[in-house]
Amino acid sequence: MADALILARALADPQSLALDTDWIGLITTARAEQLLGTLAYRLDGLPLPEDVALLLADARASAENGRRAALWEAEMARRALAPLDCPVVLLKGTAFVAAGSLAGRGRSIGDCDILVPRAALDRVEAALLAAGWEWVKPDPYDDAYYRRWMHELPPLIHRTRDRMIDVHHTILPPTARITPDAAALLADAEPLGNGLSVLSPRDLIVHAAAHLFADGDLAGGLRNLWDIHCLIDDHGSDGLAARAAHHGLTRETARALRLCHRLFDTPVAPEHRDLRGGDALYLRRVLARDDWGRPIRPATRFAFYVRSHWLRMPPAMLARHLWTKWRR
Amino acid sequence: MRHQFTVRIGPIGFRVGSDWAAPIAALQDLYRYYPSPNLPDFTVRLEATHWWRRWLRPSIRIGGDYMLPEAAPLPLGFGLLAAEMAMNLQLALGGRRYLLLHAACVARDGEALLLTGESGAGKSTLATLLAARGWRFLSDEFALIDPETGLVHPFPRLISLKNAAIATAIAARPDAKLGPLLVGTPKGDIRHMVPDALAVGAMDEPARPALLLYPRHGFAAEKRGVPPAESFVRLTQASTNYVAMGEAGFTALTRLVRAVPAQAIDYPDGATAIDQVEALWRTR
Repeated sequence: MADALILARALADPQSLALDTDWIGLITTARAEQLLGTLAYRLDGLPLPEDVALLLADARASAENGRRAALWEAEMARRALAPLDCPVVLLKGTAFVAAGSLAGRGRSIGDCDILVPRAALDRVEAALLAAGWEWVKPDPYDDAYYRRWMHELPPLIHRTRDRMIDVHHTILPPTARITPDAAALLADAEPLGNGLSVLSPRDLIVHAAAHLFADGDLAGGLRNLWDIHCLIDDHGSDGLAARAAHHGLTRETARALRLCHRLFDTPVAPEHRDLRGGDALYLRRVLARDDWGRPIRPATRFAFYVRSHWLRMPPAMLARHLWTKWRR
Repeated sequence: MRHQFTVRIGPIGFRVGSDWAAPIAALQDLYRYYPSPNLPDFTVRLEATHWWRRWLRPSIRIGGDYMLPEAAPLPLGFGLLAAEMAMNLQLALGGRRYLLLHAACVARDGEALLLTGESGAGKSTLATLLAARGWRFLSDEFALIDPETGLVHPFPRLISLKNAAIATAIAARPDAKLGPLLVGTPKGDIRHMVPDALAVGAMDEPARPALLLYPRHGFAAEKRGVPPAESFVRLTQASTNYVAMGEAGFTALTRLVRAVPAQAIDYPDGATAIDQVEALWRTR
């Protein structure tokens, strides 16, 4: 069955695309996986049919606007939080473009994700509220759930700019079975020179792997794996295993490397070059998109959805959570 | 997908896939004189909301490259409306090559008249009435402003006539080709009218914006000059991609409101509006 493998191949090896490629299928798949801007940069400069080149030029211009908007949003957060004198670490897409990583090239960026020390959370929230951000979730259960059980504040949205900020105090929910060392993430973050910083190169990869395999249902998984591929391209993977072990994320990081190698020929250590038990299922999920942009393989998707809840909380708590959600 | 259709409307190409044959047949019939794109810009999907809803009380979920999570499904009988809404949605949310203004647009001698206003201001009706009097119809929904040239590009999709406007438009163009009358849609009764041959034949010819009007239906005839600053603010609100376009959007819009005179007009009925428009056009 046609799936998103055509997109992974195009990203990994743009030269391999023939002129009679199913361009609309490729473009639609890339759009649905939020990778059109990335694809557009990967194909920039190659001989392409004129209409394809035009459409991809639009996608690059659009990604460039997105990049500028994301950096501006980070700057707005920096200004709001500067008086607190606490470390503010950019995460995910915003961090990639701020640090000039390959992973930021053409990347679509939604929310502004930041990491701050847990002890500073209340002050950070107050400062953001004072600077025009507002709560999105009006529901008291959701709000309490976030505050008690999540690794981030309930999402805040800016009143006039209509942009969301996610304030994290660590990178996995406290209810998850793995507890990364949040203090080490902050301590080793690399300053950008403007008061903001980004995670160290190793932690960037470990965080991406944690986000992908230890949290969530692998939605947007292909983009996350491409991020990891680019981060390895940026800085290599020396010392990665030790850092992953430190955070308790050895399994997740190794799996990310194996899948990246399979999909994108990412250079990885020999022990990560062959797929292992279960990897095939993850690949099935990550590539579950057809040439019309439709989600496919509903059973696999549902299995990963169930798994995401299972990872996030112990069984009794999960039952209580689902019961509360179902009653409303 | 099982049933497919592609069409190019002005500079924008669409690919429509459907779980059912009927919406595709309607599109093929009404868009029969339109070209097919080399590469569709957008993909639209008309999918059953659940697998059994393909046959049992068929229900269409409007999907595609860009989706609104809160969009309500439509019954299969409104398949044509679903396709049209979905195509509009793709352009509104995903279009980046042109600054999109929610406006009807007609042209004469290569110069364009833009009619912008809220839903119900009579944009579609006025554009149709003007086209029936010899103006070239460019669009009843979106004005596509090219940031590089300042020109407005035609987007002559099917004209979406609502309620009382249906009879008015048919009276003005009795020989026009029409889609089925869709009774009781979420927006009332709707009937699609195929733009005239001039509009379709000249869909690749942009025009220079020359007059901007803000019509309002249901009031005594009145007109008022609209200063550029007010136009700018009103058009940022009438644009679906002004923010996403970034600097290019700002440049295109400031250039438009500086170069093009603008008037707000109130009108009691179509005939009066046509007279007002023609008078303003002569003295622009």
